Amino acid sequence: MSEFAIRLEDLGKRYRIGEHRVRYRTLRDTLQDAFLSPFARKGPSLRGHAGAGAFGETIWALKDVCFQVGHGEVVGIIGRNGAGKSTLLKVLSRITEPTSGFAEVRGRVGSLLEVGTGFHAELTGRENIFLNGAILGMKRREISRKFDEIVAFAEVERFIDTPVKHYSTGMYLRLAFAVAAHLESEILIVDEVLAVGDAGFQKKCLNKMEDVGGRGRTIIFVSHNMPAITRLCERAILLDEGRVVSDGPSHQVVSTYLNSGQGTMTRREWPDQTKPPDRNVARLRAVRVVADGDLSTNSVDIRRPVKIEMEYEVFKSGYVLMPYFHFNNEEGIRAFSTHDVDPDWQGRPRPAGRYVSEFPGRRHDVRGGRSANHLAEHQRVP
Amino acid sequence: MQTQQGARAEGEAVLPRADATRLRRIEATSAWVPLDFAELWEYRELLYFLVWRDIKVRYKQTVLGAAWAIIQPLLTMVVFSLFFGRLARIPSDGVPYPIFSYAALVPWAFFANGLNQASNSLVGSPGLIKKVYFPRILIPVASVLGGLVDFALAFGILLGMMAYFGIVPTAKILWLPPLLVLALVTSLGVGLWLSALNVQFRDVRYAVPFLTQLWLLVTPIAYPSSLLPKALRNLYGVNPLAGVVEGFRWALLGTKTAPGPMVAVSAMVAVVLFASGVVYFRHVARTAADVV
Repeated sequence: MSEFAIRLEDLGKRYRIGEHRVRYRTLRDTLQDAFLSPFARKGPSLRGHAGAGAFGETIWALKDVCFQVGHGEVVGIIGRNGAGKSTLLKVLSRITEPTSGFAEVRGRVGSLLEVGTGFHAELTGRENIFLNGAILGMKRREISRKFDEIVAFAEVERFIDTPVKHYSTGMYLRLAFAVAAHLESEILIVDEVLAVGDAGFQKKCLNKMEDVGGRGRTIIFVSHNMPAITRLCERAILLDEGRVVSDGPSHQVVSTYLNSGQGTMTRREWPDQTKPPDRNVARLRAVRVVADGDLSTNSVDIRRPVKIEMEYEVFKSGYVLMPYFHFNNEEGIRAFSTHDVDPDWQGRPRPAGRYVSEFPGRRHDVRGGRSANHLAEHQRVP
Repeated sequence: MQTQQGARAEGEAVLPRADATRLRRIEATSAWVPLDFAELWEYRELLYFLVWRDIKVRYKQTVLGAAWAIIQPLLTMVVFSLFFGRLARIPSDGVPYPIFSYAALVPWAFFANGLNQASNSLVGSPGLIKKVYFPRILIPVASVLGGLVDFALAFGILLGMMAYFGIVPTAKILWLPPLLVLALVTSLGVGLWLSALNVQFRDVRYAVPFLTQLWLLVTPIAYPSSLLPKALRNLYGVNPLAGVVEGFRWALLGTKTAPGPMVAVSAMVAVVLFASGVVYFRHVARTAADVV
C-alpha cells in the first residue's frame, strides 16, 4: 500500500483581506476603482507572507504546504484558530481553489465540514436524510439501503416524518451527524463535527469515527480536542500561520503543540492590528489567565484564586460597551458567560483608549476539566 | 486490477464506477476549461433532489401553494384583457384577447420566475457553497427547472381555456417542447449571468425586478408582433422571449404569422446567452466560497 491517497505539493491559498472582510463589492466600488485608479490593476504581489497587493492587503492562509497521506491512514490536523486548518480542508474538498501548488487525491472524497449542510427546516426528517445524503455525495440507492441504520443511529424513529423545525437541537444534530457518519467514500475529510451534542452522543460519534477509520479508509480530521486526536489518529500534522510546523506520530505532535503555548492559551496577545477578532469599535488586544499575580504559568492551581483578564482597545468614542467573557469547555460548548459590571461604565459611553476587564474566577468556575479557551468581547451601540 | 465485477454483494459500499481509482488534481483553474459533463452526470441525483427541495419547500411555506402558479398569469391576463384588450383595443391576431395574452403569459411566467429564482440562488445558499463541493452550476439550474411544475399547472389552465374558446390544437403543437426548451435555455442563460453577477455585485438584487418589468414590456405579450413592419419582425427575435411567445401562439392558437425566422434568431441569441453565462458563471463560482 505504498500508493498515496492524498498528496500536497507546495499548496498555497491567498486571501485578499480587504475583499474577505467587505465580503462583496458593490457595482459602485468597481466603477469608482476603475475611474480613480485605472492603472492600479498590476499583477498581484506574490512576495512575502502578507503583502499589500493592488486590492489591499493579502494573506496566505496556506503556504508551501507539502505532505502525503497513504491509503488507510487517519491523520489529525491541529493548530490554533487561524492556522489554516479549515482552509486546508476546503481546498481538499474542492470548495475553494488553491492559489498556488496543487493537491492530488485518489478516490472519492467525502467532506463533513459541517453537520446538516443543506438541511431544510420545513422538510421532514426522512426528506432531509435523502436531501442531505445527496448533497454529501451519496446515491439514492445507497441512502435507501442505509436509511434504517441512519434513523436508528440518530434515535429519531418516532419523529422521522415530522418537519425538523420541530426537532430539539439535540435531535437535529443527531440526525445530521447520523447521515454524515454513514457516508461511504475512500477519503473522508472531517472538521470538528464531533463538537456537537451532549457527552453521550459525542462518545457515540467518536466510536463511529473510530469504526470508520478501522475499515481502512483514509481520514483527515481537524479538531481542537486533543484527546480525540490522539485516540483516533496515529499521525498528526501541526499547522501554524499556514505552514506545516510538525508532522509525525500524533502523541508527539500534540505535545509539541501543547508545549508551544499555543495549545494551552493561558495567555494570548494580538499586538498586530489586523489579527485579533475584527471589530471596528473595539478590538481585543490580549487575554490572559493570572494566578497568584503570576502571568507566566501554563498550569493553574485551582485551590488558589485565579483571575482572567482581557485587554482591549476602543477605537471609537461614544459607544456603550459591554465586555463579555464566554467560557467554553474543551468540546466547545459554552459553560457560562459573564460581563463587566464596573459601575463606572454602566450605561455610559467610553472614550477611546485601552481598557482591561478582569474576571476574578472562583474555584468552582474552573474546576472539573473546564477550560477558558475562548473569550470574546461584545459591544452595544447606544 | 479493478475489473468491474458485475454484481457485488449487498452491504458493500457501492462506489461510483470511474471514481475508485481516479486521480484528481486540485489546482488553480481557468474559467475556460469546458464543462465537465461526466461530472454533471455523476451529480444528476443531486440535481433531482435540489429541484425536488425547491418545489416542496415553496409549496409547504405558502398558504396557497400550487395555486400561485396559476394566479400569477391568470390575474395578469384578466388585467391585460380589461385594459389592453377592451379599453385600448389592441389587436390580437384574430384570436380572443384573453387567450391571446394568456398563451404568452404562461411561457413568460416560466421564464421570469426562473430568472428571478436563479439570480438569487447562489447568494441564497451560502451554507451549501461554503461547506460542500458539487458543481455549482447545479444551483441555478435547479432553481430554473423547479419552475417546470408551475409551468405545467398554468399550461393545464391554458388547455382548459382553449377548450372554452373552441380552439382545436393541430399538429403544430409538436413545436411546443422545442419552444419550451428555448425559454428554458434563455432563462438559464440570463439566470447564470445574474446569479454570478449577484455574487460580485449585490446591486443585482435590486436590478432584477426592474429588468423583468422592462423585459415584459419589450416582449409581445400584451400586443402582437404583427404590429411591427415585416422587415423588423425577424429582428425582434433578438429578444428570445419574442420568439418563444410568438411561437407559442402560433403552435397553439394558429395565429397566422408563422414565426420561423424570428424563432431562429431567438435560438441563436439564447445559445450565445447561455454559453457566455456558463463561462462567466464558472469564472465566479471558482471563488464564490470565499466571497458569499
